[in-house]
Amino acid sequence: MAHGPSENFFSRWLFSTNHKDIGTLYLWFSFAMFLLGGAFAMVIRAELFQPGMQLIKPEFFNQMTTMHGLVMVFGAIMPAFVGLANWMIPMMIGAPDMALPRMNNLSFWILPFAFAILVSTLFMEGGGPNFGWTFYAPLSTTYAPDTVNYFIFGVHIMGASSIMGSINIIATVMNMRAPGMTYMKMPLFVWTWVITAFLLVAVMPVLAGAVTMMLMDINFGTSFFDAAGGGDPVLFQHVFWFFGHPEVYIIILPAFGVVSQIIPTFSRKPLFGYSSMVYATASIAFLSFIVWAHHMFTVGMPIAGELYFMYATMLIAVPTGVKVFNWVTTMYKGALTFETPMLFSIAFVILFTFGGFTGMMLSIAAADTQYHDTYFVVAHFHYVMVAGAVFSGTAAVYYWLPKWCGRMYDETMGKLQFWIAFIAFNITFMPQHFLGLAGMPRRYSDYGLQFADWNMVSSIGAFMYGGAQLLFLYNVIRTIGWGKPIDDPQVWEGAEGLEWTLPTPAPFHTFSTPPIVK
Amino acid sequence: MSKRARALFLGLLSPAILSLFAGGASAEDAGWNLNMPRGVTEVSQAAYDIHMIMIWVCTVIGVLVFGFMFYIMFAHRKSRGVTAANFHENLTVEILWTIVPALILIVMAVPATTALLKVYDTENPDIDIKVTGYQWKWQYEYIGEGVKFMSELRTSQDEQYGRAPKGEHYLREVTQPLVIPANKKVRFLITGNDVIHSWWVPDFAVKRDAIPGLFTAAWAKTDQPGVYVGACTELCGKDHSRMPVVVEVKEEAEYDAWLAGKKEEAVIYQSTIGKEWTNDELMAKGEAVYAVSCAGCHQSAGQGIPGVFPALVGSSIVTGPVEGHIGILINGVAGSAMQSFADQLSEVDIAAVIHYKRNSWGNDMGDMVQPVDVLNYKQNQ
Amino acid sequence: MNNPITHRRVVIKSLFGVVVMFMFAIFVLPPLYDLFCEITGIGGKTGDVYTATEITVDTSREVEVQFIATNNATMPWDFYPVEHKVMVHPGESKEIVFYARNRTGGDMVGQAIPNVLPNNAADYFLKTECFCFNNQPLAAGEEADLAVVFIIDPDLPASVNTVTLSYTIFDITDRVPMQVSQVQ
Repeated sequence: MAHGPSENFFSRWLFSTNHKDIGTLYLWFSFAMFLLGGAFAMVIRAELFQPGMQLIKPEFFNQMTTMHGLVMVFGAIMPAFVGLANWMIPMMIGAPDMALPRMNNLSFWILPFAFAILVSTLFMEGGGPNFGWTFYAPLSTTYAPDTVNYFIFGVHIMGASSIMGSINIIATVMNMRAPGMTYMKMPLFVWTWVITAFLLVAVMPVLAGAVTMMLMDINFGTSFFDAAGGGDPVLFQHVFWFFGHPEVYIIILPAFGVVSQIIPTFSRKPLFGYSSMVYATASIAFLSFIVWAHHMFTVGMPIAGELYFMYATMLIAVPTGVKVFNWVTTMYKGALTFETPMLFSIAFVILFTFGGFTGMMLSIAAADTQYHDTYFVVAHFHYVMVAGAVFSGTAAVYYWLPKWCGRMYDETMGKLQFWIAFIAFNITFMPQHFLGLAGMPRRYSDYGLQFADWNMVSSIGAFMYGGAQLLFLYNVIRTIGWGKPIDDPQVWEGAEGLEWTLPTPAPFHTFSTPPIVK
Repeated sequence: MSKRARALFLGLLSPAILSLFAGGASAEDAGWNLNMPRGVTEVSQAAYDIHMIMIWVCTVIGVLVFGFMFYIMFAHRKSRGVTAANFHENLTVEILWTIVPALILIVMAVPATTALLKVYDTENPDIDIKVTGYQWKWQYEYIGEGVKFMSELRTSQDEQYGRAPKGEHYLREVTQPLVIPANKKVRFLITGNDVIHSWWVPDFAVKRDAIPGLFTAAWAKTDQPGVYVGACTELCGKDHSRMPVVVEVKEEAEYDAWLAGKKEEAVIYQSTIGKEWTNDELMAKGEAVYAVSCAGCHQSAGQGIPGVFPALVGSSIVTGPVEGHIGILINGVAGSAMQSFADQLSEVDIAAVIHYKRNSWGNDMGDMVQPVDVLNYKQNQ
Repeated sequence: MNNPITHRRVVIKSLFGVVVMFMFAIFVLPPLYDLFCEITGIGGKTGDVYTATEITVDTSREVEVQFIATNNATMPWDFYPVEHKVMVHPGESKEIVFYARNRTGGDMVGQAIPNVLPNNAADYFLKTECFCFNNQPLAAGEEADLAVVFIIDPDLPASVNTVTLSYTIFDITDRVPMQVSQVQ
């Protein structure tokens, strides 16, 4: 029978097997990591504000860029969307909880442990990892600081967390949908997460393989990536990017799912082309496995290989374009209102598409000789990951927060946060395209005078953007603590789906009896 | 503002704005530029052309899609009193917007392919140059000519750390640029000495990774003499941003003269080795060599970075026997970042820098280290 | 899964399946990978020792073969090719020499790793003898003339006129007990 959470604070949070509480844990953890990764970014942009080394040493700068990438990708973005999955998937399919609640708890709790180890390397002798989040050998093997072993350990644990979480999601969706909810009736957020879960299960072990080979090379005298022993540094890049490319789709597919929930709600119109959205997502996932070497266009591949990877990468534009057109057509002839979740979602469509354009440019291998490893790439992936995934995650929080806590956020503050974030984001990252085209490489702690102007603009934008995140934190805390209470299950006029049939706030246990879906 | 003033203002503004979009004259003068340089080779032109094609295609698609979105946000907003429609499928439209983008891609693949074929056309070069990436400098070797030298950053630590004003070529000046002739096809054979680096010259559209243990190839042929600046584009450690690439293209006759001069230098150099250098000469030369080749790690006053790079002040090697000190520079220290400088610095430079270290910052060894001592050490090991 | 017999059968079948998967990965995948590399020609590695069979020399064609030597990291040996290039006919067997000297005061072991450019020439560059097949021990001050005997396969693509053979020499003194004595 339905009951509330444990009275004891530690049992409730440490031993939780409830998908809502675990979702909350993931979301708060990811937000803390987001602020930490953001702090690293502030250090980077502060140093790059002007040419010359003013604040930190070059060795430390390399640690900042590395940790910024690792913390943001593995500590902020991925756990945030896992948190959304935990909260929403059972409610969206009419299930009482995830299929494997105890494993769900383990999946979360190993994450703070892993990141405590990773972040503590910054304080160890020799400094933390300084070889970029892509940790190419031999910089990350023969020439790595001693803390590299802790880095490998952290990556293994984080990978295990993702794999377990994905198994849970697949098992839940395959087995626990309410009667009448066929696969082709599931909300798109559930679809994108199921597909993402398969991607994770497929490629996380590859990352584990890469870091294990690294561990062997560093500590046990093997030569996977060492030419002296018959190995090959390029092998590392192939293995890493075989993981790395699907990884970026792992990051963005759930974001697609969120936007596919929000836009129909605020257009008061059903999602256009549901089945083609599902097929497009599946095509993107499939294609993501066969394009990895577009991250390696300058490594000296034979031309046949390079041409193949160029063509295959260009192809991804087709299903992605289909999705963008579907979102726009959903809005077309709707009755639109522009609450904060909708603002972030529309910004997502525009800015992610812009990032997709620069992605198309990058796929052209001959032009990529000018873009590769420059700020043009940095601009591209921040457009798709920040204006893409982060904006989508922010939209999701504003959208579902009332359902989670029974209080409404302040619409004016939400819009304010949106506009500051939107403007600041563009001030930060649009100039980085110009820097890359003008010839500034990435991971540079210092630069020639001709790059000074746009760098200063970018840094100013970055500080503004950091401020916007603090405003977001304030908005969330204020809502949870003092927001206007709301008890309408519907919350949003145009919202459809099982989660909107539940009381607001959603009780600790929901759908203990499955609903019937027509 | 009056009509005339407005027209004048816009008229003045547009060339300024347009120039931002034009391919910059060279990578040197970026400033507020928005676009990449056209460059000076066939490959760089091809890269620029396909880059511009992509920009136009994406701009047109963007204007159409985003324009449509803005129209919808204006015309189909609830506050205008509209009622939402209910349609959510349309097979024709869905097929069209799958096929049309695929066709656009196929069309774009053609110039993309021809451009890439150009990048890979390294056959039948006139000159071969081996480029080796080191932490944190480049080595250039003219294959078959017996000319080999290091190219290191010349910008001083003082400029980098704000103790002196930054020069015009801050972080873009080297001790010796790579010199190549105009109108000749030059092939670059690129490798790495330690970690992966990457050799990039934007004006040539040449970028290939420098990977230890294997070689990559690229080529350039230009008819425009000048100085072209590039960069290392693969994270390679702490001074990744401090190993610029500078290529000087000379007219053929000038290049031949330069090359002959370099070969003669090697010959003349052999005779200076036997000369007895004075303390002042050694200290002056040693200070210059130290600033370029040692200060990056051991810091400008020999203090090192604790736990990372040993201090030279009062160090047991620097204040120990000369022979041991020479050995460290000639052989490096295996398993550490201390490289073997035998191939990188001449005997004169090594003797001078050793002498300088042994007699600076409170190290008062008082001994003289001559180039011939270093040569003897190398030959008698 | 109420019936313990059914349950046990499922577990046994799953474990058997796991064993089959591992066998597949260990015994079937490596040859499949080699086959894939052969068919697609992706590589850059020059292959194993080549045992010469009857090969006709193609006198109508000349290929320039260049030699490059590189010292990795702190490898303190003198190492350079005695001739920096030769002209050969495809099919002709040719010997060239690299000079190496251990300049230090201690015994060392080196390993030379070959690389052939352009990529599409790698499969056609056949070495019948190479100092890179084994590691090279040199005592303190010792010098050696290291030989390579090679043949260019007459099937070398017509577009290739220059082949560049480079060796990078590594210091493997510390690794000798676990050496790789044959470079794949």
